[in-house]
Amino acid sequence: MADLNDFREQTRAWLEENCPPLMRQPILSEKDPWWGGRKAEFLNEDQRLWLERMAERGWTAPQWPVEYGGGGLSREEAKVLQQEMERILARRPLESFGIDMLGPALLKFASEEQKQRFIPEIVRGEIRWCQGYSEPNAGSDLASLQMRAEDKGDHYLLNGSKVWTSYADQSDWIFCLVRTDFDATKHQGISFLLFDMESPGVSTNLIKLISGNSPFCETVFENVRVPKENLVGELNKGWDIAKYLLTHEREMIGGFGLSKTGEDSLSQAAARKLGLANGRLSEGGLRSDIAEFEIDELAFASTVERVIDEAKAGQGTGAASSLLKLYGTELNKSRNELLMSIGGSAALQWGEDGTTTLAREWLRSKGNSIEGGTSEIQLNIIAKRILGMPG
Amino acid sequence: MALVLNEEQQMLRDSAKTFIQESSPVSALRDLRDSGEEWSPELWNNMAEMGWTGIAIAEEYGGLEFGYVGAGVVQEECGRTLASSPLVSSAFVCASLISALGNDDQKASLLPAISSGESIFALASSESQRFDPLAVTMAAVPEGDSYVLSGTKVHVIDGGICSNYIVVARTGGNAGDSEGLSVFVVAKDADGVGCQSSLNADSRIAATVSFDEVRVDKSALLGDPGAAWQALQRAMDIGAVLSAAELLGLADEAFKRTIEYLKDRKQFGVVVASFQALQHRAAQLFCELELCRSTVLKALQALDEDAESRSRLASAAKAKMAKTAKLAVNEAVQMHGGIGMTDEFDIGFFMKRAAAACQEFGDYYYHADRFARLGGY
Repeated sequence: MADLNDFREQTRAWLEENCPPLMRQPILSEKDPWWGGRKAEFLNEDQRLWLERMAERGWTAPQWPVEYGGGGLSREEAKVLQQEMERILARRPLESFGIDMLGPALLKFASEEQKQRFIPEIVRGEIRWCQGYSEPNAGSDLASLQMRAEDKGDHYLLNGSKVWTSYADQSDWIFCLVRTDFDATKHQGISFLLFDMESPGVSTNLIKLISGNSPFCETVFENVRVPKENLVGELNKGWDIAKYLLTHEREMIGGFGLSKTGEDSLSQAAARKLGLANGRLSEGGLRSDIAEFEIDELAFASTVERVIDEAKAGQGTGAASSLLKLYGTELNKSRNELLMSIGGSAALQWGEDGTTTLAREWLRSKGNSIEGGTSEIQLNIIAKRILGMPG
Repeated sequence: MALVLNEEQQMLRDSAKTFIQESSPVSALRDLRDSGEEWSPELWNNMAEMGWTGIAIAEEYGGLEFGYVGAGVVQEECGRTLASSPLVSSAFVCASLISALGNDDQKASLLPAISSGESIFALASSESQRFDPLAVTMAAVPEGDSYVLSGTKVHVIDGGICSNYIVVARTGGNAGDSEGLSVFVVAKDADGVGCQSSLNADSRIAATVSFDEVRVDKSALLGDPGAAWQALQRAMDIGAVLSAAELLGLADEAFKRTIEYLKDRKQFGVVVASFQALQHRAAQLFCELELCRSTVLKALQALDEDAESRSRLASAAKAKMAKTAKLAVNEAVQMHGGIGMTDEFDIGFFMKRAAAACQEFGDYYYHADRFARLGGY
């Protein structure tokens, strides 16, 4: 415990000294966070410095092993780092599917050579990754995916298409589920491949959403050659990796249910925009819906905290990711509904494409309970795996 | 503090579970109801022997000083079997008021007997049908070395079986004011005290207690006159969080019984647990219960730390738990189908106790409103 207090003090001092001022300001637009990669340019010097300083200590991936560039922190220390960053409203230095999704899977399933090659550049934000999972005919039934990878001796030859590839147009590499055995049952013939998005035969098309923005792509692969050394884990055993990675994706998406550091709470936003009479919001129905939401929000945040602490204490149920995904995304949808009500006619303002107006964010949030496995899929998982209900 | 039970608290939970399942299963409540008895002194003595009556009392007054997380763990297990006892009234809520407001003499003369289970205290506070701790009009008028108390308290839980009341009365102010509230210790058999017990839907008994010019010595006043509100708020927070802990056990048990029933009951040639319409409702309820568990533990820890956020967390825990407990028992009866409607089957007891426990120390609406007020809106 004394060590942890020392760590807190040192971390606090280091953050105070090293977190540049612009990186302590709330994130206001989709363009504010740093996603890294070959194509990205820093918005300002503070953003560059912050990434560099944090990556140097491995604190973009605080709990990953030092040998691959990670921070090597214990869960307790990582929690302290998180708390100390929140305390000064520090932004996350790097948003990354490499960190939130791919990295944990590589650490568990990849060869030593692959870890050495891919993980350090994820930590430093040098390569931006996208995820090739869903296909036009494989959504909730993900394992029915059809994209082919044929064995051509020294390489695989890929043909097919992926859909809902987030930021595929801005990404450098893709982690991709492909079918490598065409006769086996659907879960048995899937493999997990990594390859460069600049490989010949890869093309991306933006998908315009109901929000008017295009965070997703349809990605087409025509005779794409992928070296065999880019296969992660065993041939035809990719589904295990896919599932493992999905639990991390769910936890990430479920995190949308937590309010963002430095942002107004719903009730603060409502009080600011609508004013108070005798210390209360005057519309009783709205007030009680906000209270109900904020109680759920607190309960959810406590649950995230408990899940982390239980895992640390070895008491975890291991079933948390579906719960967090389900509840977090439904909460985020409720938050956006209430923000629209609080905003009234001002909340309907559409703005330019590519901007993040309230109305566009509200519409975008509807996808939270669809992407990464729908709410209904999460309910199926909970019913079957946790409650042991048959069928 | 990590949001998990530590080793000692886990051990207490395990021993509480074993003890309560053996000594007070749901059938004990049924027997109590059918026999017309008001309570089980035997269960109470056993609880005292286990040390539960001293969990939240300081060591110097004979308690274990184990804290409210421990009290919550015990309440959760009691909730699982609907075990009925004056633990919350006496050992947790009234004891907290005496500890917070009493002088050394008062604490030394009252707390050891509560801690040993010998004395049972009940809180005589409510005058309104809906919970509102400020809506007190009962007067305590100083006369020489005494106070004279006059008024009527409703729904005094354990009011028929206790040895003493902790009476909330006004030495100043009007209904709705936080100033002017005072707290007195009054013996149940004092002159002018009248007690009328009545049976509630949950097979438990609450009393209407009347005070007809009851004269008590000034030494019966706990703390300074008119200054009890802060301690009362804390006591009400303790009551709310511990009733949430009871509801957590109750709702979780009703849920588990329901899932078992669904896996057993066959219709259309298959177990009904295989129907997705039921699976999704069950999974949804599972999530709500997990959120309740986190919130209740958070609120219990805040009681032990006496954190600044204590009241807000207490209201969040009671509100969330009350809403979820109602969902759990409604789903339980619905999913059990016809058998769930029969008195012979136990699940109905869970529904009835939930309705009463949801109201104790404030229901969903009270606490959602308070949560908003404390949040500045």
